[in-house]
Amino acid sequence: MRRIFFSILLGGFFMTAFSQETVLPTPPHKGTMYIKNATIHVGNGTVINNGVIQIKDGKIEKVGTDIVIPQGDVKVIDVKGKQVYPGIILPVSNLGLVEISAIRASSDVREIGEMNPNVRSIVAYNTDSKVINTLRSQGVLMANIVPQGSFLAGSSSVVQLDAWNYQDAAVKTDGGMHLYMPSLMPRADLSRFGGGGGRFGPQQSTSTDPVKEGLNKIEELKSFFTQAKAYFAEGTHKETNLKFEAVKGLFDKSQRLYVHGNTVRQMLVALDFVKQFNFDVVIVGGSDCWQIADLLKQHNVSVILGQMHSLPTAVDDDIDQPYKSAAALQKAGVIFSISDDDPQTRGKNILFNAGTAATYGLSKEEALQAITLNAAKIMGVADKAGSIEVGKDANIVISDGDLLDMRTSKVTAALIQGREIDLTDKHKLLNDRFNKKYDLKTPTTPAKPF
Amino acid sequence: MRKSLFMYRLVFVLTLLPVTSGLFGQATFPENGVVDPRRGSYAFTNATIVKDVATTLNNATMVIKDGKIISVGTSTKVPAGVVEIDCKGKFIYPSFIDIYADYGTSLPTAQGQAGGGAGGGFFAPQQFVSNAKGPYGWNQAIKSEVDAFKVFAIDDAKAKPLREAGFGTVLSHMRDGISRGTGTVVTLGTSKENLVMLKEKASAHYSFSKGTSTQSYPGSMMGTIALLRQSFLDAQWYKQRPTEEGVNASLQAWNDNLSLPQIFDANDKWNCLRADRIGDEFGTQYILKGGGNEYQRIKEMKATNAAFIVTLNYPQAQDVEDPNEARFVSLNDMKHWEMAPANAAAFEKAGISFCLTTADLRNITQFWTNLRKAMEYGLSENKAMEALTKTPATLLGVYDKVGSLDEGKIANFIITNGPVFNEKSVIIQNWVQGEKYSVKDDAWTNIAGTYKLTVNTPAGTENYTLDVKSNSSLSMFGKDTLSTKFTYDGKSIKLSYAPMQRRQRGGGGPGGGGAFGGGQQAVQLPASATRLAGYSTGTEWNGTGTDSLGNSLTWTAVLEKAADPKPDSVKKKDPVAVGKVLYPFMPFGFEEGSQPRQENILIKNATVWTNEKEGVLQNTDVLLKNGKIAAIGKNLSDAGARVIDGTGKYVSPGIIDEHSHIAAASINEGAQVVTSEVRITDNLNPDDINIYRQLSGGVTSSHILHGSANVIGGQTQLIKLRWGANAEDLKFKNWDGQIKFALGENVKRSASTQGNTRYPDTRMGVEQVLIDAFTRAKDYKKAWDDYNTEKDKLVKAKKSLTALVMPRRDLELDALVEILDRKRFITCHSYVQSEITGLIDVADKAGFKVNTFTHILEGYKVADKMLKHGANASTFSDWWAYKMEVEDAIPYNAAIMHKVGLNVAINSDDAEMARRLNQEAAKTMKYGDLTEEEAFKMVTLNPAKMLRVDDRVGSLKVGKDADVVVWSDNPLSIYAKSLYTIVDGIIYFDRAKDADMQKWVDNERTRLIRKMNGEKRSGAAVVAATPSYQIIHSCSDHGHSHGLLTIDVDNLDNQ
Repeated sequence: MRRIFFSILLGGFFMTAFSQETVLPTPPHKGTMYIKNATIHVGNGTVINNGVIQIKDGKIEKVGTDIVIPQGDVKVIDVKGKQVYPGIILPVSNLGLVEISAIRASSDVREIGEMNPNVRSIVAYNTDSKVINTLRSQGVLMANIVPQGSFLAGSSSVVQLDAWNYQDAAVKTDGGMHLYMPSLMPRADLSRFGGGGGRFGPQQSTSTDPVKEGLNKIEELKSFFTQAKAYFAEGTHKETNLKFEAVKGLFDKSQRLYVHGNTVRQMLVALDFVKQFNFDVVIVGGSDCWQIADLLKQHNVSVILGQMHSLPTAVDDDIDQPYKSAAALQKAGVIFSISDDDPQTRGKNILFNAGTAATYGLSKEEALQAITLNAAKIMGVADKAGSIEVGKDANIVISDGDLLDMRTSKVTAALIQGREIDLTDKHKLLNDRFNKKYDLKTPTTPAKPF
Repeated sequence: MRKSLFMYRLVFVLTLLPVTSGLFGQATFPENGVVDPRRGSYAFTNATIVKDVATTLNNATMVIKDGKIISVGTSTKVPAGVVEIDCKGKFIYPSFIDIYADYGTSLPTAQGQAGGGAGGGFFAPQQFVSNAKGPYGWNQAIKSEVDAFKVFAIDDAKAKPLREAGFGTVLSHMRDGISRGTGTVVTLGTSKENLVMLKEKASAHYSFSKGTSTQSYPGSMMGTIALLRQSFLDAQWYKQRPTEEGVNASLQAWNDNLSLPQIFDANDKWNCLRADRIGDEFGTQYILKGGGNEYQRIKEMKATNAAFIVTLNYPQAQDVEDPNEARFVSLNDMKHWEMAPANAAAFEKAGISFCLTTADLRNITQFWTNLRKAMEYGLSENKAMEALTKTPATLLGVYDKVGSLDEGKIANFIITNGPVFNEKSVIIQNWVQGEKYSVKDDAWTNIAGTYKLTVNTPAGTENYTLDVKSNSSLSMFGKDTLSTKFTYDGKSIKLSYAPMQRRQRGGGGPGGGGAFGGGQQAVQLPASATRLAGYSTGTEWNGTGTDSLGNSLTWTAVLEKAADPKPDSVKKKDPVAVGKVLYPFMPFGFEEGSQPRQENILIKNATVWTNEKEGVLQNTDVLLKNGKIAAIGKNLSDAGARVIDGTGKYVSPGIIDEHSHIAAASINEGAQVVTSEVRITDNLNPDDINIYRQLSGGVTSSHILHGSANVIGGQTQLIKLRWGANAEDLKFKNWDGQIKFALGENVKRSASTQGNTRYPDTRMGVEQVLIDAFTRAKDYKKAWDDYNTEKDKLVKAKKSLTALVMPRRDLELDALVEILDRKRFITCHSYVQSEITGLIDVADKAGFKVNTFTHILEGYKVADKMLKHGANASTFSDWWAYKMEVEDAIPYNAAIMHKVGLNVAINSDDAEMARRLNQEAAKTMKYGDLTEEEAFKMVTLNPAKMLRVDDRVGSLKVGKDADVVVWSDNPLSIYAKSLYTIVDGIIYFDRAKDADMQKWVDNERTRLIRKMNGEKRSGAAVVAATPSYQIIHSCSDHGHSHGLLTIDVDNLDNQ
């Protein structure tokens, strides 16, 4: 019966080329479903060989090797020879806020002003972005949608990537408050590079000291938080202050402070927020975090590594330093995740950023954990997502081979909350279209897997 | 306000007038008053006269008159009517010559052109032609018509510090522009411009800096080089006085100036070589003004055969006590700080002719400090002397006038109280054209000795003994111990004294001896101190004063015994030890003497990916000999070869990156829409850490492309990643050149935030630019063909060629003609299908081929058309959605194009991604189901084919270059690391050694940071730590992850 349905679908495609607009969100999962003969990469560092996952109404009910699958009309998916992973979580993303970065009109990621705690990313999140489906094809099923800015930029929300609208998509709203640290580094003296045809004149004024300026700004922010604290203690207010209201979650710990910064100085300031205000702090970027991994652990600060695939900061650094940072954090016991903020690939290489960490010091399961369970923990959604464990949403990815190695990584199916999602994306559709033109017969729109 | 300023100036000018004024009046000038002719006749007797480096005369006499030297010698008699000056104990030297000054010709500071030389920015508004008014050339930075002698004005405020440093003559020029016109040799006299000028046009000057030119072109190093080359050609052509050019004063001057000494302000070691190459091409030997880092490539400097102008400016120690600040100061900056003072010594050691200059010094007063530092670091006294006298004079053709103390030369000399380079010696007087300028007259007389002081107070006579140590220090002994304060300025004497306070005495102790005896300034005398003031008449001083009670008094001091002159305290020291030069001068560079060499290498028992019909071979050996692949097979052996155990490892050909922007000083010349005249090869930069980093990713060759700023960009250069080589040796030898074209958003400047004013603004205009360029190229080619035919005819008929007008050589069109002649091949930045098809149409009609479409993200839509045209495709694996023209980019692109039959490569266009190109290739397995071999060829053999070097690289085949990688794992796997990267049989990257090098870098950093901190603690001036930002070049096409310390100069306007 199912097979017949599938054939019709496939035939339909070849007759009338689909456009992405017809890729529909899947309705809620009802009933019980089994995935069997699975090599289950749990997401918490462990692997279950030849295991079974029992899913009921979208939730993982059982996971193990001794689950008995009942006879009769239950759905069973046999994934023999394949690898099963929890849904990948992209921990920092402009997904749905930016369609094409060079087109100003398609960007809703950066608001005017420096103090925008009240700005909320979720309201601009476009569930119909064409980028979303290309990420699902990689196994990315959840993302933290983050506003950008020049200082306090606003709040992020976590979404799942199969939804009609942002309300459907939202998993955790406004869970992160994003602070972009001032540079705290002396500016470049461009006159040093004057040789190249006199490109740089004296236009780069060095009259202001960016380090001092930055530190002053941070003091102003601390004052803002101190006043916010006093405001909350007041109980009722004559005038409502929306900016104070927006950071309330930081004080009651329903919200985390994401500090975007890379240098040790920037991170030390972040530690100060932990000490002074008792905030839960997450470092985003953190290219120099390997220097203070122990301090980060000591202050219970977690880290989202911005982009593993970066050049080292200094010419003197270990040529592979960015690749090795994750292992340094792992060793120190810091909870960390790995992101992919490459503007040209839009997050789709998060798997391989993690894979690189595995090449340079992490175990493969640790690398996987960084982009699944650890990401979920950092975002405060570990009760629902991040691993294939009982009670969580059935966010599951099935791949032909090792998901973290591009040589073998090929996602054949994915579930979000137990719903089999359509892995068609714009790239596959265009591939099919031109396979047809050249009569190549290697279409990629997914055969429905189950 | 105005008045007081005038008054001040008047006073100032008066004080400047030399004592022996009116030496010679200028004949044509009227005199206001009674003439006062004097001949300025002096005899300097009993002096040690250093005529030149080779000749020192003891107890000699020099006679001068009318500003010239009449005679010098040990038996010279003092003629009658000459003022004799006894120079016993004094030394006389020819005064110094600074060949690189802007004295009297310096630019007005306020030009109203903030950003001096702006307009290079990728998206900045552009100025297409010169703003200069007059019959000048098209480019505002070519100012050959400027003559420094016409604008030169005496400026005593600037001359004085130079004279005080010992200089008497300078070559001055306008430091503005790429061609800067002529320089003039002037003395530092203050009489009249007419009289101080020794040679009005003495030199011609050039640089790589646009200076105050506001014109957009050139906006890059390679554009600057192209402009210089084209100017040479235009000037040659202009000699025919072509009517279509009319009068061009700039070109006229260019030609006129060529007979003068040619001085190039290169200001950096690589720029020195760049300038020299231009000179070689056009038969000009430049004198090269360096930037202070030439010691890093001294062999290459020597090979230029140029004379050099060496700066004495050194980097300052930085304050690196805070580790968070030290973190961002690079090893190369710290090493340069340590080694820069050894630059002059390196020139001497290499036997290169050089001059020293005060140019670049933050302050002229640093001259002696820095010169002595250069000597501590190995510069010899003789060489220093020569570099300051004879060498510059000879280079400028004025050695008949200045540079030594010989009869008939100008009386430019300095008088010192000891050997001039000794630390304690001072310049007493500097005579310029026979006129005395006092520098430190008080040093003329050595007043040190014991004096008997008699003070006549109303209360009676008091006697003291004075032990005078120097002009500011004496000890005074009477009934009581006394605190003193003493100064002597050559004539006047001031002395105060008071009984020593008990507190002072107690605090003094043995260590504080200087504090009481020394008359040090720190001693606070009470208001009641006795104060004496007087005058010296040589061995006797007389004066008046006030005693502690306010009574007037008179006093006399008489020399009893002059002190024995003390020998200079400075001993000959061994030169300061500095570290070794690194090749390149970067972390991970190889120390001098330990650069890797070509070896015979036998890799045993590996999995060998050949890229040939043999495919993948298991348990196979690969033998590399003499830089080539010598054998591939089982059980190979070679006595003496280094053996690498390949068990469990993979061997593959080196990776070739078709699209890279590393290792170049500039990438984009965006100031015009067609810039085929610019060449990456003119400005390769071997000091790019990314060469080494990419070796670690298995890359062995990179195609360095011009950026995408314009439709017809610059000529490209294929390099091999020979880490440590110079620019010339980086090049892939015997390679057909290629050229970068670009289409779409970048060339229409869609991302410009200030609007685009440069044609074209649409893809329609892009097509017209191409048609126009190739139409011009064809006409140009025909004009030359016609000319050559006509010339041959005339030559055969033995007729005169004078009536035949040679067409103008145009470097821009030369490159396009090469394309038409299939000697140069196009790689074209392109994205969308319309523009791809459009270019193919233009090419087909004009009769040229597009060799490679690069980026080509919509290539999959028109792969059949590209195949038919015969093009190759070089693309990204999975980029998209960062700008409009990549909205339809898909990761299946490479696979589709490959399946249609195109030769397809995956490129990086990014210094980071280039070290993971093997992984990028593997993505064609994920997207498009290519086999491992098909995938790996996309970064090896396929790019070799499109670069037309597949006969030498790209696969493992006997006879091909030994460009080989040994991998830890399947080369397409994310878990694979390069263990060895070999180029021409040389192991440039060895992962085990890399760890050692990292340790070395860390240790060397620690050593240098400690050394800088030591400098700070010892009280030396330090500057704030300056992060060592690096310039990174890019296509200006997209973002990069290059880290915190980089500046993308091709994307500045977007940041």
